[in-house]
This record gives sequence, structure tokens and C-alpha cells, in this order.
Amino acid sequence: MSTNLPTPLLEAKAVAKHFGGVKALRDVSLTIRHGEIYGLIGPNGAGKTTFFNCMTGLYVPDGGGFTFDGAPLVADAPQHAAARGIARTFQNIRLFGNMTALENVMVGRHVRTRAGVIGAMLNTSATRAEEAAIRQRAIDLLHYVRIEDRAGDLAKNLSYGDQRRLEIARALATEPKLLCLDEPAAGMNATETEELRELIEGIRDDGTTILLIEHDVKLVMGLCDRVAVLDYGALVIEDVPAVVQKDQRVIEAYLGA
Amino acid sequence: MDIFLQQIVNGLVQGSIYALVALGYTMVYGIMGLINFAHGEVVMIGTLVTITVAGSLINAGMPVALAGMAGLGASMLICMALGWGLERIAYRPLRNAPRLTPLITAIGMSIVLQNLAMMIWGRNYLTFPPLLPKVNFELAGAHFTAIQVFIVVVSGGTMAGLLALIYRTKLGMAMRATAQNPAVASLMGVNINRVIAAAFVIGSALGALAGVMVGTYYEIAHYQMGFMLGLKAFTAAVLGGIGNLAGAMLGGVLLGIIEALGAGYIGDLTGGFLGSHYQDIFAFVVLIVVLMFKPSGLFGEKTGDRA
Repeated sequence: MSTNLPTPLLEAKAVAKHFGGVKALRDVSLTIRHGEIYGLIGPNGAGKTTFFNCMTGLYVPDGGGFTFDGAPLVADAPQHAAARGIARTFQNIRLFGNMTALENVMVGRHVRTRAGVIGAMLNTSATRAEEAAIRQRAIDLLHYVRIEDRAGDLAKNLSYGDQRRLEIARALATEPKLLCLDEPAAGMNATETEELRELIEGIRDDGTTILLIEHDVKLVMGLCDRVAVLDYGALVIEDVPAVVQKDQRVIEAYLGA
Repeated sequence: MDIFLQQIVNGLVQGSIYALVALGYTMVYGIMGLINFAHGEVVMIGTLVTITVAGSLINAGMPVALAGMAGLGASMLICMALGWGLERIAYRPLRNAPRLTPLITAIGMSIVLQNLAMMIWGRNYLTFPPLLPKVNFELAGAHFTAIQVFIVVVSGGTMAGLLALIYRTKLGMAMRATAQNPAVASLMGVNINRVIAAAFVIGSALGALAGVMVGTYYEIAHYQMGFMLGLKAFTAAVLGGIGNLAGAMLGGVLLGIIEALGAGYIGDLTGGFLGSHYQDIFAFVVLIVVLMFKPSGLFGEKTGDRA
């Protein structure tokens, strides 16, 4: 893949976050390049999800910052991160359970569409046309993650694997440059994990850069172009899987020194 | 038998008005978990604005139908602005405060609006201009007027429109998504502030319409009329399951019918001890019974996260 483009897609510089006395992130700096699958791993509580939350605007970092696609990422409101091209899924699935699969994806189109409150109340033709386009794009995305036959079902009634796929489709609806997947393989069996790997590779091949947080080390090492390891909120190493796998500090972090 | 049918008709009319007002409570609650106790006052201001606008236009010689439409339009616009302003000034700064704080603020805003209305329109009862012709119909022994038909038809149509807005449009989808999970909705690019403002504006427009209906029906208005109407509509919303749109509609109509039947039979039931002017007790008996036996209401979800 095109892993050697000059400007990185995302650059984190000395990002710090603490909760009371707990230093969840200690000056984490890392670089995600265009078109790669970038893995972020580490033991439980290492700060992976905190890093995600800082990046997507759910938390405000206490130090450092992000440059995204050539401009600073001001993490003041989540909808701004979405507008800049960052989308995510959640470790604990957070779908809109009482809305259909199709509607969940349609909500994801909000960030790329314009029609406002007045248009909705007056039901103008421009609003109707936009809504038809949103619906079509959502159907295409459900097809893309291969759950189009569940379009009319409530999200809460989907199987676990399908809910994961739906979250990915909803995130893709925002047309992200960077798709962040927070433990997408959690709770999946071997077959489902293999299907997920194919899906992730497909998304990357279609031009979306991917940041993958994952516990399944085998999946990460097989799938990612580069991997970063966090431990106790600090970056241990950032390199290609072959190097990371052999690093003594990583082995210690995982096995306990 | 005649009194039974008659009271069903009366209850349906009153219940349609309750339903429109209850929708304002339930939309705001569904999205942000706030009981906007000032909503009854928004309805009251809707009625009083119509009196001023339609009344003076009629006095100036404008045809009644036209003046009525202008009055309705003006009151809807003013109430929408009022709902928007309430959210912007009183509730938004408290978005992350403990939930008792905005509740107390809502009660405070209710008092402020009542007193403001008293200063503008005075303490006396005002006569609502007759906007619809007084025509009577009779069907199977029940009498009803053109005004009653108008109220039921218009509120039914409005509620159908609201359901279409919530379930068929992008804005409605954003509102439902925000109600379920505001943080995730904002990650999808939904502007939460705008969605909440829309809930207030739409609820207030429905409230203004209900205010015009109340005025047309009872032909009288007063700066304190919003208090009892608001409490009853709130009861209707709780009866249906607060936060649930269909619940507010059904709860409103049910409450109207329960009240009307109660008023019709209370004399017989108590051997003449209590008269029909005690009809208000039924709404609050319903509220207490619902809170005791089914606090989530008829259509409410069992989840406790919003309760």
C-alpha cells in the first residue's frame, strides 16, 4: 500500500489526559499514514480507548494535540471531528437500538448533508431529494457490509456480528478519511473474525485509512501495516508488526515482567 | 345512554387538546429528560396573543376567517420564538447541571411567564373572539358543534403530520437518534443543540395551536389558564408513557374521555354530593394511579436510564 506518502493523515503530538491522579495518557505521539491499517494495542487499561476519545472529541486532552489531514484538529465537539473525516465504532456497541438498521446508517449521513430544520418542516422538494439520496446511500452501505437483508429490522434485534457490521456501515456513512474501529473483533468467533478481516481490508482497499484498536494480537499482526503499543498510558513502540512482535518491552507488557 | 355518548364526544374534544399540549412535554422529555413545566404557559400565551391579534383585526373590519388565520399564525410564530428562547436562555446553560436544577428553572420560567402575561393582558378574564360559526349537529343522540369537529379534525391531522416528521424525515431521525444516545448522535454529525431547539420550537407550535383551540372552545382566557391545562397535559403524557409520542396522543385522548365521563357521572356516583365541577380530580387520580402501578405509562419503555 501507499505507506510512504510524505504528509501523514493523523499526527498525535504529546497527547496527555489524566483523570484525577490517574495518568491515562502520558505524552503519546504517533503518526498514521494515508491508506494504511494502523493497529493500536496494549493491555487492558493501557489508554487505547482514552486516546480514541480524545481524538474524536469526546474528551478534551489535557496536553498536546492532533494534526489531521494537514490542519490542527480542534477537539471541541464530536460533530466537528466527524465533519473533518474521523468516524468510529465503539467497544461496547452503541447503535440506536430502537431505530432500524437502515435508519442507523441514514443518521450517519447527517454530517455530509445540508437540509435543515426549516426544510424538514416545510418538506421542500430539495429536502425530499436529499432524503432520497441519503436513503439510497444507506442501502448501498448496508449492501457493502452485507447486511442489506436486515435493513428494516430494529438494530437491537440484529445478531451480535451484524450489529458490529452495522456500526461500521454507520461510521462509513460519514465518509471518513480515517475509520477508527474500537475492538471490532471482541466476542466474535473465528469465522466471524475472518469475515471481519476481509471487510476491513476491503474498506482500506477502497481508500479509507483505518485505525484499529484490538485485543486479538493475531488479527492485528496479520492485518496491520504498522502497530503502536501502549502500556500504562505511554507509547512503548511504533513499528511494523514483525519488529513489534519481537520487541522485549512489548512481550513484558503483555506477559508481565 | 345519551349522556354517555355525549360525554365521549366532549372528552374526545378536550382530549385532542390535551394530546397536542402533551406532545410538547413528551418531545422535550424524550430528547433531554427535562420536564418543561413552562410549557403550559406557552399555550396560555398562544391563546392571549390570538385574542389580541384576531380581536383587533376583527375590530378593524377584517373578515373573521382571515383574522382567525392571522391570529393563529401570529400566535404560532410568537410561541415558537418563545420556546426557542426558553431553551436558549433558561435550559441550555444548565444542560450538564444536576437534573433537579433545570426542573426548578422550568417552574421559575412558568412563574415568570405568568406574571409577564398578567402585566401585558391584565388580571381579568378576556373574551376570545368567536372565530368559527356556531353550528350544531346531532348524531345518535349526541350534540356537537362545528368548533368541536374543527378541534378533533385539526389536531388529528396535526398529529399525523408530526408523526410523519419524526418517522419520515432527516430531522425526525436526528431527533430519535439524539433521544437514544446524544453522544453517538453528535459523532455522526448531528448538531445536538439544533435538535433540542427544534423539539422546543415544534412543541411550542403545537402548544400555540392548542391554545387557539382552547380559546375557541371556551371563549374565555386568563393569564393563569396555562397552569391547570399544563398539569393535565403532563398527566396525559405520563399516562401514555412520557417520552413516547404515540403515548402522549393516546394519553391525551384517554384523559379527556375519563374526565368527561367522570364529570358526567360523578353526581350519580356520589348521590349528588359532588357535582361536575369536581371533574379536575379525575386527572389527578389517574396520575396517582399510573405512578403507583405503571410509572412507565402505557407505551413507556421499562428502561430506567431516563426516569
